[in-house]
This record gives sequence, C-alpha cells and structure tokens, in this order.
Amino acid sequence: MNIEKFIQDIETEFEDLTPGALKPESIFRDAFDWNSVNALIFIALVNTEYNVVITADDLRKSKTVNDLFVIIQERIK
Amino acid sequence: MALFSSHNVRIKGISACVPKNEYDNLNYRWIPLKERQQLIKTVGVAKRRIAEKGVTTGDLCFHAAEKLIQDIGWKKDEIDILIFIAQARDYHLPATGIILQHRLGLSTKCMTFDVGLGCSGYVYGLSIVSGLLNSFGLKKALLLVGDVSTSSVSYRDKSIYTLFGDAGTATALELDATAPPMHFNLQTDGKEFDAIYIPHSGTRRIADRTSHHLRKFGPGIERNMIHLALDGVRVFNFATMEVPPNVNELLASQQKTVDDIDYFVFHQANLLMNEVIRKKIKIPKEKYPYSIQDFGNTSSASILITLITQLREQVSSQHLTLLLSGFGVGLSWGSVILETKDILCSELVEV
Repeated sequence: MNIEKFIQDIETEFEDLTPGALKPESIFRDAFDWNSVNALIFIALVNTEYNVVITADDLRKSKTVNDLFVIIQERIK
Repeated sequence: MALFSSHNVRIKGISACVPKNEYDNLNYRWIPLKERQQLIKTVGVAKRRIAEKGVTTGDLCFHAAEKLIQDIGWKKDEIDILIFIAQARDYHLPATGIILQHRLGLSTKCMTFDVGLGCSGYVYGLSIVSGLLNSFGLKKALLLVGDVSTSSVSYRDKSIYTLFGDAGTATALELDATAPPMHFNLQTDGKEFDAIYIPHSGTRRIADRTSHHLRKFGPGIERNMIHLALDGVRVFNFATMEVPPNVNELLASQQKTVDDIDYFVFHQANLLMNEVIRKKIKIPKEKYPYSIQDFGNTSSASILITLITQLREQVSSQHLTLLLSGFGVGLSWGSVILETKDILCSELVEV
C-alpha cells in the first residue's frame, strides 16, 4: 500500500472531493463535509480495501490524511 | 464450538406481520434535508413501519401466528411448543410467550418460554426449537420472533432514529424423519455487551426519575437512560470482522462454497455494513436480497421479512439452499444453512 493509492481510494469513495485536492498533509475533517455518516463510510472503505479496523478513537486522535495512513499501514503488517 | 447440525425438523411455514403505519425518513425534521438524504442513501432505510404506542411485539407475532396456523391448517391443540424471542417484550414479567399461548388459543399442555435475543434471534431460535423437538420427541412447534425496537429509540438521536422498523414473525416447525438437515454456526461475545444496550432497563441500574432526563451525547444526539444506545462504530467493526469468518467457516464445514447457496438472507442491519460483509464473503449481488429500503432494521424479524417480501415466489415453489445469518445485540451472531422444500410462505400481514 502507498499513500497515493490510499488518497485515490478516498477520492473514488467520496465523489464530492475535487480530484487532486487531497494531500497527505490535508486535515481530513476540513477536506470534506466530515460527519458521523462520512466517518462510517471511511471505516467501511478501509475495512473492505485493507481488511483493517479503524476505531472511533483512531479518528479522534488523527488530524491529517497521513496520520490515518500510518495507522492503517501499521495494522497491515 | 457451536458448529453443529440438526436433523429431523422440517420448516412447514413462515409468516410475518408489520404495522400499517409507515414513516418516510425524508420527513425526519430533527436533521437538515441534506443529512436525511445522505442517511437514506448510506444506511439504506427509506421507509419503515412503526407500531402505534401500546402495540407490542406480542401483538405483531400474534397476527403472524394466526395467519400461519390458518394457512398451514394446523389444529391449535396439536402445538406442543411455543418459543417467543424478542428484546422488546410486552412485560418484564411474565414471559410474553405465555400470554400468547392463551391469546392464540393453544392448549395448556403446550410448553412455552421466552428467549432474550435480538438480531441473532431467528437463527438461534431455529436451533433451540430443533433441539427441543428432537430431545423430547415432541411433534409441532411455533417459533415467534420479532421486535418493536422503535419503542425505545429517542427522536432526538439522529444516530439511530431512522434505522429501526417494527415487525413480528411466525415459523411452524415439525418433527419429520425425512427433513433435510440444518447446519449451524452460533457465536457470542459478552465483552461488548454495552455496544447496543438500554442502560437503565433492568436490575443492574433500576430506572428512577433521573433515568428520564434527556442528555446530550453529541451534535444531534440526545437521549435518556431508558432509550436505546447504539455505538455505531463498534457495532460496525464487530459485524464486518466477525460475520464473514463465521459464514466462511460454516460453508467450509459442509464442503460448500458461495456457488452452492441459492440465496444469502442476512439480517438487515445497515446497508453500508451489509455491503462490506457481502464483499468480504464475495457474494454476488443477485444472491443477496434486501428489504431494508422499505422496512428498515427489523431486528430478529429481518430475515423472514426479507424472505417473505423479496423471495416469496421462490421459497414457495422451489427447492432452495439458503444461508441465513443474524448478528447484533449481545453481541450475538449465528448462521445456518438450510434447504427449503414445500414451505408455505404466507402473504405479509399488515395491521
């Protein structure tokens, strides 16, 4: 897995995002209309694509797209 | 390990009952229209049926049972066992099944008790009834399963208000040496008991005046301590991580693959969650029916609501191999592989 693929997955899932706008350093809560439904959609995406569980606590502790990427990468190993 | 087979028990017929009163989630004015639309699209519940105040799970199961007994032509005094499964029971005590024994006009020689399970209840119920019929050599049983979940949900809790629908179901089972076997895989994890629960609903914390105070848990989420609390992320992670291996293990134990199953009829929990589960097991869309769009999450009734509203023709006329799976409150989950042949599938009852 690499971060480019991860960002691509997110952009495919959330159609409202402008392609290319999301960067590793983007604050994900600001990047799109973040709410509890979007959080579940994101958790579902990670679960389906990477078979990794993201908890509510993981989301609370993360700020950027890269923070999330690091959590997922650690759990794949 | 609760991976086992049950023999000699035939499903004679199934029926289900829902309230006529329909709620369109587009009218849920507690949240903005755009958020309503997003919820409907993601969670999959456009409409659902809500029982009027005072209408109970027992009432819905009663109507389902009356219709089924009439359609299959059973004599009421021949029914040896009545098992009622619900979370939302008519009273804390006595057991709702006992009240239904009398209301349905069954014999006082009928054995009856309640089981306190939710979304996994139908699969568990099939195994319990099969076990009882076999162990005691009794002939006929009624399994009544459902919930009036909307009774404990807060209108001001956007995280679950639009999710649940109410329904009651009935299944007639009988001892029959020529019946095809049923293969079960049942599981439990009590560590997560508070992922779906009503905090002040029993003797651990007896409800008092403070239990009724509305508290704010987040934006758009207000409920009291006798309202249902559901931790969406925990439940989501549980179901998507535990249900696929449970189903795969059951298939492997019978040397079967996804190709050998005609339909996978799963508890209608939440469209997003059900789709992750479907993709992980690699079930083709056409083998995975949904009723959630019209009826919502109907707890333990959802498997039969889906069979009756989406597959009634097929179940009534064809010899099918089905895999049913229920998962949720407990946490409790289980799957069963069974064959349908000559099952009477009553028309949906609306009251």
